[in-house]
Amino acid sequence: MGRYVLRRLLQMVPVFLGTTFLIYALVWAVPGDPFEGKCGERDCPASYVAAMREKFNLDDPLIVQYGKYLLGLVQGDFGLTSSGVEVSTRIAAAFPVTVRLALVALLVEAVIGITAGVVSGLRNRGFLDSLVLVSTLFLISIPVFVTGYVVQLVFGLQLGWISPTVTTPTFGNLIVPGFVLASLSMAYVARLSRASISENRRADYVRTALAKGQPNHRVVGVHLLRNSLIPVVTFLGTDLGAFLGGAIVTEGIFNVPGVGGLVFRSILTKDGAMVTGVVTVLVLVYLLMTLLVDLLYAVLDPRIRYD
Amino acid sequence: MLLEVEDLHVEFRTRDGVARVLNGVSYHVSAGETLAVLGESGSGKSVTAQAIMGILDTPPAFVTRGSVRFHGEELLSASADRRRAVRASGVAMIFQDALSALNPVFTVGFQIEEQLRVRRGMSRADARARAVELLDLVRIPLARQRVRDYPHQFSGGMRQRAMIAMSLALDPEVLIADEPTTALDVTVQAQIMDLLAEIQRERQMGLILITHDLGVVAEVADRIVVMYAGRIVEHADAVSLFRSPGHPYTSALMRSLPRLDSKGTALETIRGLPPSLLRIPPGCPFHPRCSRAEDICASHVPSAVRLGFGRTSACHFAEEVVGGPRG
Repeated sequence: MGRYVLRRLLQMVPVFLGTTFLIYALVWAVPGDPFEGKCGERDCPASYVAAMREKFNLDDPLIVQYGKYLLGLVQGDFGLTSSGVEVSTRIAAAFPVTVRLALVALLVEAVIGITAGVVSGLRNRGFLDSLVLVSTLFLISIPVFVTGYVVQLVFGLQLGWISPTVTTPTFGNLIVPGFVLASLSMAYVARLSRASISENRRADYVRTALAKGQPNHRVVGVHLLRNSLIPVVTFLGTDLGAFLGGAIVTEGIFNVPGVGGLVFRSILTKDGAMVTGVVTVLVLVYLLMTLLVDLLYAVLDPRIRYD
Repeated sequence: MLLEVEDLHVEFRTRDGVARVLNGVSYHVSAGETLAVLGESGSGKSVTAQAIMGILDTPPAFVTRGSVRFHGEELLSASADRRRAVRASGVAMIFQDALSALNPVFTVGFQIEEQLRVRRGMSRADARARAVELLDLVRIPLARQRVRDYPHQFSGGMRQRAMIAMSLALDPEVLIADEPTTALDVTVQAQIMDLLAEIQRERQMGLILITHDLGVVAEVADRIVVMYAGRIVEHADAVSLFRSPGHPYTSALMRSLPRLDSKGTALETIRGLPPSLLRIPPGCPFHPRCSRAEDICASHVPSAVRLGFGRTSACHFAEEVVGGPRG
């Protein structure tokens, strides 16, 4: 196991270099000078542009620029945004909000999705099963921005149950955005668990557990669930990685000051250092999440061994 | 009587219609006795066992008539709790393919201990100690270490041994073994059968051995019931059944066994296929494949004919079959 983790960590190095180089090249190599549009209506003074190009090493060849960027990165220096703020400060402000939102969404997705899936998977057809199938299909068919605006309009403006925008991103205030963010995955989790449960519930080992005289709650809750949740848990893991990447749409609708909005605004304002900084962090998060999922898989299914 | 099944009817209600899987099955087993249930796939051997255990998949399976009695207590009408209490401690069952019958994500030890902890309220440590004893009993080497292994880390024979150990955890009085050796190598088969026979002798358990292997039956069975299309066609003690089968189906089965003295000649087979349980032929269900069928066989279901020594055969010509030249 230890060797496997080490190998996986080493494999991350080229992936990390490749992705960050790509994003760095894309952001800074786009046509148009990134500093020419920074001075409102008028053109920026040539001296300002020259100073900024100097500051961000834009006159070096791309590979040298990237090298210098990487060097800073290794020392924990993400560089400055075009307005002169530390990139790391901005990320440090936005990331905890995104983590909170992601955790809320994950919880919603896991609890509701798995419950619905198990309940409907245990009974073939019947009212509850149809209810789950239809409602998940409904959720899957609606884009998140529609769900988001409808929820905001109905619960925020018409019924007034919630504040339409998140003023302070506490866990409590993030419940509704969390639901919206999780809605699509929740539907997938419900369907995945349903399929997994109904496939496994006729398995021989379930019959054995019954024949052993185990009570029903153990046959389902221990024997059936443990096997059926293997694919679901791995799905949840990858999904958490995606949530941590920020939710541009959901954050935008509810005005949540998270990573998604930060990336979005940085791209709009051609703030190259900011974009590369955030993406670098997200690449790292994603790589670690996939490693975690693979390790989790081996924990859940003893037949899988990484030796 | 330890365990009795009487006139058991089970049907599967499927989309294509009602399959009459069991049509009046009766048998019984006493303490220390081995009853072999012989038949082809689909003859209803396993369904009978599952109905006894109360683990039929309902729907589609429904018990429509009959009785299952354990120590004279009717089980079919018993409460779910009562039935669960009888499972494993009264009547235990082992299955054909131990790899799929054991849960892949729990250790062998856990799966044995679980019963002791949940049903007997044993502590974790006591249950572990007992699990090691049981694995020792079924001769799994290094039981103390192997108890922590997962089923996939065991060989096929060892898995079946572990399965047997698991079934013995609550000291059952009857053990149903549903084709316990079918998935195993021939050499391992013999070991497992010896083990089962030995354990049965020591504990004076009633053993119901479900199999399609005549060789296995000949070695260990006291009595044999032969099933065909959800019915018992012949019921006899092992010695007389092998000496002179009392039903054309039983004799056809025996003729299809490879024998040393018929080396080089083509093996006999039973022509045709077992009937679809959705459309069991009228009369004797075996008549379309029977070499001595006459008109009456297509119109009248034969009732069980007594042949002496407690033997019965559901054939219109039972006396002639049993008395006639062998085969």
